[in-house]
Amino acid sequence: MTNNNIDLLIVDDDRDILFQSRIFFEKAGYNVVTAESQHEAQKYLETEKPDAAIFDLMMENDDSGFILSYLLKRKYPDVPVIILTAVASETGVAFSLGSPSEREWIKADAYFEKGADLGAIDNQIRNFLEKT
Amino acid sequence: MNRIKILVVDDEFGIRAGIERILKNHTISYPFLEDDIDFEVLIAETGEQAVEVIDDSIPEIILLDNKLPGIQGVEVLKYVNAKYPDILVMMITSYASLDLAVEATYRGAWDFVPKPFTPQELKASIENAAKHLYLKRMTSKLHQDGKQIRFQFLSVLSHELKSPINAVEGYLKMIQNRDLGDNLDDYNEVVERSLVRINGMRTLILDLLDLTKIETGSKMRKLENVAIKELFAEAVDTITPYAIQKDITIGIEHDDDMVVFADKEELLIILNNLMSNAVKYNKTGGEVWLRASCVNESWRLQVEDTGVGMTKEEQKKLFGEFVRFKNPKAEGVNGSGLGLSIVKKMVEFYSGGIEVHSEPDDGTVFTIVFPKACQE
Repeated sequence: MTNNNIDLLIVDDDRDILFQSRIFFEKAGYNVVTAESQHEAQKYLETEKPDAAIFDLMMENDDSGFILSYLLKRKYPDVPVIILTAVASETGVAFSLGSPSEREWIKADAYFEKGADLGAIDNQIRNFLEKT
Repeated sequence: MNRIKILVVDDEFGIRAGIERILKNHTISYPFLEDDIDFEVLIAETGEQAVEVIDDSIPEIILLDNKLPGIQGVEVLKYVNAKYPDILVMMITSYASLDLAVEATYRGAWDFVPKPFTPQELKASIENAAKHLYLKRMTSKLHQDGKQIRFQFLSVLSHELKSPINAVEGYLKMIQNRDLGDNLDDYNEVVERSLVRINGMRTLILDLLDLTKIETGSKMRKLENVAIKELFAEAVDTITPYAIQKDITIGIEHDDDMVVFADKEELLIILNNLMSNAVKYNKTGGEVWLRASCVNESWRLQVEDTGVGMTKEEQKKLFGEFVRFKNPKAEGVNGSGLGLSIVKKMVEFYSGGIEVHSEPDDGTVFTIVFPKACQE
């Protein structure tokens, strides 16, 4: 599968991170749609269905990313969701998506630390999409 | 009701029964405690028995006779000190062996009760111990709460410090990989944004230092007569370059020759924070009004803008640390999110009050009232 027809939704309230992600993923061949807040993303999701999504965790709410994952998964369970955040390493609150019980309350498919290699996220998204 | 467990260790039946009778229906209350304290009395006839009871039910206070049939009281004391350092041990001892009691306090006994004692004497000693216990508990709880708040502050702070690092790192990687091609000019925005983020980080660090100085009380204060006219002129000078960029007019209104008694630096910090917000969250071509007036003996400072305003929800969060609101018209603005907590803490120095009135899309007015410091 090429990335050419994949609509990727990226949500982050840091406009610089958003800009950088857009440049990277567009170069990797995705159709990138961005939103700068949980609110904006929610509005987008009311009418549109992306093929994959990357959510920042802390936006208007401390758990905006989780809220968006929950909303997206309820509507489109098959759309892969990646949470991208710097939160865990700071608070020492480690969460992963390894066990079914963790996936039960965090409705996301993968979790990446901010500053992670965006190429790894690209690979992960393609893996998810090939499986479905 | 708070209950304290007391273990009485004595081989004399009379003493045990006596203490039990005295404490059974006894309650004590302190003004700092909502609930009264009462007692549950546990009994041991020997040191060996005492050790068992201690391990089983971990009392808070032990009344310990030294002369016991088997192992001596001092041995029990040693055991308790090694294993349960939080238990308060009070030695029961006769006047004849007062030296021993003193010795025991050196070994970690909290207090001693000389035999024979009256019910009043026993109660007084126990009350003393109970008070000590509760104060200790309360302080350790307060200590933990403080730590918790500090931990939250530090985790948010590290998030705030890491965000710009991530952004700048991302831009540097883009340059390194020549993501935008080989033309240097195409990287202008990347460099510009990196500088903006680094600047934001510097502001955060400076604000943080201000806040730390205020909180530790290490800020040197210089209270003097401050002429409002000069104060306002200085504040307006600072903000003007920024206001010009957004085409914002700054207006001033104050009572003639008004003088207030305050620390000028502090007033400038307050004004700079409020005015930079008033410009930041304003509309292009908007206005900012700076007002001061004496009201009886107190004086009032007001900063009003014709900006984007705030919802009720936002107003509630306003004075928290690291709170920043999105303003589509103030794109790329990087405040530290500490400005208003600094303002609030400074106003508290003067036992003053700060109020905010705001309408979405209409503007915001901050009003600060400083008590007793105005001369016209």
